[in-house]
Amino acid sequence: MVTQTKKDEMNTGTQSTQQLKKPVGLTSGMYRRAMVDSIVKLNPRVMMKNPVMFVVEVGSVLTTALWIQALAGSGEAPAWYIGGVSLWLWFTVLFANFSEALAEGRGKAQAEALRRARKDTTAKLLKKPRRDSDFSLVSSAALKQHDVMLVEAGDIIAADGEVIEGVASVDESAITGESAPVIRESGGDRSAVTGGTRVLSDWLVVRVTAEPGGGFLDRMIKMIEGAKRQKTPNEIALNILLAAFTIIFLVVCITLLPFSIYSVQAAGQGTPVSLTVLVALLVCLIPTTIGGLLSAIGIAGMDRLIRHNVIATSGRAIEAAGDVDVLLLDKTGTVTLGNRMATEFTPAPGVTKERLADAAQLASLADETPEGRSIVVLAKEKYGLRGREIHEIAAHFVPFTAQSRMSGVDIQPEGKNGRRMIRKGAAEAIKAYIEEQGGSFPPAVHQTVQDISRLGATPLVVVENKNVLGVIHLKDIVKGGIKERFAHLRKMGIKTVMITGDNRLTATAIAAEAGVDDFLAEAKPEDKLKLIRDYQKGGRLVAMTGDGTNDAPALAQADVAVAMNTGTQSAREAANMIDLDSNPTKLLEIVEIGKQLLMTRGTLTTFSIANDVAKYFAIIPAAFASTYPALNALNIMGLATPQSAILSAVIFNALIIVALIPLALKGVKYRAVSAVQLLRTHLLIYGVGGIIAPFLGIKLIDMFLKGMNLS
Amino acid sequence: MTFNGILQIVFFMVVLLALVRPLGAFMARVFQRERTFLDPALGPVERFIYRLARINPDEEMDWKANAVAMLLFNVVGLFVVYALQRLQQYLPFNPQGLGAVTPDSSFNTAVSFASNTNWQGYGGETTMSYLTQMLGLTVQNFVSAATGMAVLALFIRGIARHSMKTLGNFWVDLTRSTLYILLPLAIVLALILVSQGVVQNLSPYTSVSLVEQTTDGQGAKVTEQIIAMGPAASQVAIKQLGTNGGGFFNVNSAHPLENPTPLSNFLEMLSIVLIAAALCYTFGVMVGDTRQGWALLAAMTIILVVLLAVATWSEQSGNPAFTKLGVDQHASALQAGGNMEGKEVRFGVVNSTIWATVTIAASNGSVNSMHDSYMPLGGMVTLVMMQLGEVVFGGVGSGLYGMLIFVIVAVFVAGLLVGRTPEYLGHKIESYEMKMASLLILIMPLTVLGLTALGLLMDAGKATIFNPGAHGFSEVLYLFTSQGNNNGSAFGGIGANTPFYNLTGGIAMLISRYWLAVPTLALAGSLVKKKLVPVSAGTLPTHTPLFIFWLIAVVIIVGALNFLPALALGPIVEHFMMVQ
Repeated sequence: MVTQTKKDEMNTGTQSTQQLKKPVGLTSGMYRRAMVDSIVKLNPRVMMKNPVMFVVEVGSVLTTALWIQALAGSGEAPAWYIGGVSLWLWFTVLFANFSEALAEGRGKAQAEALRRARKDTTAKLLKKPRRDSDFSLVSSAALKQHDVMLVEAGDIIAADGEVIEGVASVDESAITGESAPVIRESGGDRSAVTGGTRVLSDWLVVRVTAEPGGGFLDRMIKMIEGAKRQKTPNEIALNILLAAFTIIFLVVCITLLPFSIYSVQAAGQGTPVSLTVLVALLVCLIPTTIGGLLSAIGIAGMDRLIRHNVIATSGRAIEAAGDVDVLLLDKTGTVTLGNRMATEFTPAPGVTKERLADAAQLASLADETPEGRSIVVLAKEKYGLRGREIHEIAAHFVPFTAQSRMSGVDIQPEGKNGRRMIRKGAAEAIKAYIEEQGGSFPPAVHQTVQDISRLGATPLVVVENKNVLGVIHLKDIVKGGIKERFAHLRKMGIKTVMITGDNRLTATAIAAEAGVDDFLAEAKPEDKLKLIRDYQKGGRLVAMTGDGTNDAPALAQADVAVAMNTGTQSAREAANMIDLDSNPTKLLEIVEIGKQLLMTRGTLTTFSIANDVAKYFAIIPAAFASTYPALNALNIMGLATPQSAILSAVIFNALIIVALIPLALKGVKYRAVSAVQLLRTHLLIYGVGGIIAPFLGIKLIDMFLKGMNLS
Repeated sequence: MTFNGILQIVFFMVVLLALVRPLGAFMARVFQRERTFLDPALGPVERFIYRLARINPDEEMDWKANAVAMLLFNVVGLFVVYALQRLQQYLPFNPQGLGAVTPDSSFNTAVSFASNTNWQGYGGETTMSYLTQMLGLTVQNFVSAATGMAVLALFIRGIARHSMKTLGNFWVDLTRSTLYILLPLAIVLALILVSQGVVQNLSPYTSVSLVEQTTDGQGAKVTEQIIAMGPAASQVAIKQLGTNGGGFFNVNSAHPLENPTPLSNFLEMLSIVLIAAALCYTFGVMVGDTRQGWALLAAMTIILVVLLAVATWSEQSGNPAFTKLGVDQHASALQAGGNMEGKEVRFGVVNSTIWATVTIAASNGSVNSMHDSYMPLGGMVTLVMMQLGEVVFGGVGSGLYGMLIFVIVAVFVAGLLVGRTPEYLGHKIESYEMKMASLLILIMPLTVLGLTALGLLMDAGKATIFNPGAHGFSEVLYLFTSQGNNNGSAFGGIGANTPFYNLTGGIAMLISRYWLAVPTLALAGSLVKKKLVPVSAGTLPTHTPLFIFWLIAVVIIVGALNFLPALALGPIVEHFMMVQ
């Protein structure tokens, strides 16, 4: 075996377990980098992708040329003034680029952290898919799909794959940020491993499932870096509308020149509107605020998801999340806490509660399942029974098996005869067990069992030898605050459907307690798929979470499918989002992020267009001041001079982009209220506010310019 | 504004709105091919037309086939009208022996009447033979209006239907619109107009001796006047109902034989917006939610009433230049008061401004007063109304489908504001819809501003401006705004019957009618295929006062923002120069 000797060598890279979960704050380094990037992005070939800002860049070049002409002494206006307009037009472009670069910068920092985890490692390539087979050491880059490798304690898993043999605890903090190790084992729903994570104990035989460079980590890095970021459908539609506005305003400004020339001839006074003013007017009118921030909004939306530890495989999925009408939620882990808890002991006739509690606790001492632990805790809290160590009482633990469907202990008291055989299990299993021994199942206990079932809880019957002692009441605990969240969702127009394998009786009770709109009981995987299809046929958008292989078809069918990171490879591939925290409740946040993304676009578009009103009032009287002094009646802001009016409008237009970068990155706050209320609030803030704000802003800038004697 | 004026406006609006529901419901039955009370009389005619034209009325077509049918039908109409004008001297019903119309004017007029613009560069009684008027212009008055209604019916089906491909059959909608809606209404209106004194004959012009003799420009004595005759009533009725507006006589409905009495004036005004208003209700019925129709009507009515109030106030306040001279312009028992230049004493200020506002709103373009003579603000109202894209009532059919394009833009932004991919009446609004909607809102300002700039740059354009200066600028802007929106009303004050204006105007009319109708149908073709998105609490309702307000804001922002700089150089500066 070469394992030991090579071990140290192969551990390189383990220190790179940087946590993704920690929100990457904006560091001064990021600001510096964004500033450099905003200049790099001036490349016209890059700018062309954003028609609105490209027009501004062309305008900047044009005014710069006019400024040089003015410096040479043959300008259409004083050089300081053309230069001032030109400078601020350049700032407008740079500010827009800066917002995009800043949004990207955060992602880049995260990608950097991930890339360190992906460093080249060495893999033990097995000749045959068995643990005891010979292996050779190869670089992780040389691994191909279907190769089989051995990973032992301390090794970094070299590529994404599926466990075909072995059980091991794995440190996945490199991708999840979660420091607690997770169990990975062959078969079942926990068989997927991710390249870049580290095996802490034991060993695994893993079949590689990803092509080199196409692994989960690689895809995540690409996604975060934005290399694969494509414009989402709604973003494309909005871009079309913005382009249309840009074209219209382009024509408005171009035709203003002949209009002005004619007016000068007809009025017999003044000079035609200057090119500088036309460019300034154009830049002020086209929707630069939203045009400049649109890209940053999209990147920031993706980024917000990542900070919630959710990786989306496409921006389209985030948008779809905002539209979801139906949420399919697995009962366990989403609606209820993952595990049932013991809440009560109901003894059989003639048995004291203490005796039942004592037996129940003894039967559960070695039971490491959460249910078992909750029984121990309940007995301790209610009856003061201290948990005993199983070896102290010379007990032998009988684990749960699929055949017996019971668990318990056998206790041989020292120096005494008569073994105590305590068992706990489902009513039918226990009934069969005692009838086999010649005992009988008391009708009163049977009644208790039925009552508990009707309440949506699970009864566990405790028996000692052939005497039924009573029933443990195991209850699903609905998560705290979940009812209020479902009520919010209902207000947003989203229907919640609980999916559970429980029978109808149990499901009804839990559904009522949790406040879901509907439920699907005794659900099989194919039922889930059918339910999704039915909703989609009715035109609804469905979101769901899943982790198991049998969830994969339903995940592939759902419009927004969130796979748990602990889930199987097939579930993760079928989904369009992966939740690294494996928290099914995350779906609710995802929906809100989707809505936030659309709302931020909408509010800034409205604001941008509403701004135009004030800009007209600033620029039009200024532009035609020499031809039609009467138009000064429109100068309701009382701006000092035509030059200061135009400069103020241009400066306001540039500064507003900077002022709104935080909003673009953070997103508009989402509140769960009806659509009409949301529209009213947003129209008031961004529509009416968008009309008023520039009047104040332009006036203030004008006063400042006047104070600086720049008018 | 006087109390009497307000009363007349209120009376007009009440009568109009009262008629919306009965007529709208009837038209919905017509478009949905349901039985109406006219079936016993018109059913056989309808079936005969289908047999004659080899149309299978049950055959449904997709948007492309319908667009091709619409274009083919209009091209044929265009050529017929052109040929009639060029050949009228060889054809019958020409008692005055009027010669061939010039090629450029014939082109302009042919386009004008096919596109439901009805811009008139010519004077009717001195240019067109009775045959051209009846067979060419009156027929086009019917079918151009029916074309608009048919396109609207197809578009509404695009919204009413889901997961389908076909929109209906253009030929059937065209036939039924003409036969069941336009023809009966026109016959009734024409008979009433005849009873009021509108002429309807084929006689040569008559000549009468003047009671009060006068002298002409050269100082020669004038003792008699020639009075033009012709089949006017039949054409006037449909020119009003079909939002055509092309007058039988040159001065349109200011002519006493085209609009003799207060009753004829009221009915003619009412007919201008009647069908366009009622179609809103038809829309509501066809999409299965009449609230949607009322919401659109409310948005249109609010814009109309506000602009009407501005125009009436501006005209009733009189001319500040006269006020300075001490001229009394107050309304009194002896005079209507206000600015009466270019207005008929028979109608006064209020009936002139109501007419002017509705004729502009509904893209009708007929006039009973001269808009050129309005005060700058009054004139600006007419310009602004057209520049909103003729969607405040607008042409029959075309106005509503134009408004629905604005609804789509409004819904798109509002959808974003509430955090949902936008939807309208169960259809998701995606990038294809936005592409078509953007094209539709883009073309009009491009055409109008571009051609106005061309007119002001070229000597051919500047040569015939009668009032240079800000007013002359308004005249050119108005000319292209009118033709570029298929309105057809004339500001006046400009010699428009020149090759330059006939050609550029013709192009503007072609673009604004057909370049818009085709993407509109394409949009319908895309909407009809979409799956129904069911309504939920997260759906933004599109019939609430809030949405109506938002729709008005979108119409005004998209329309007015584009034209504000141009308006500043025309009526706005003219107003400030006048008041200073």
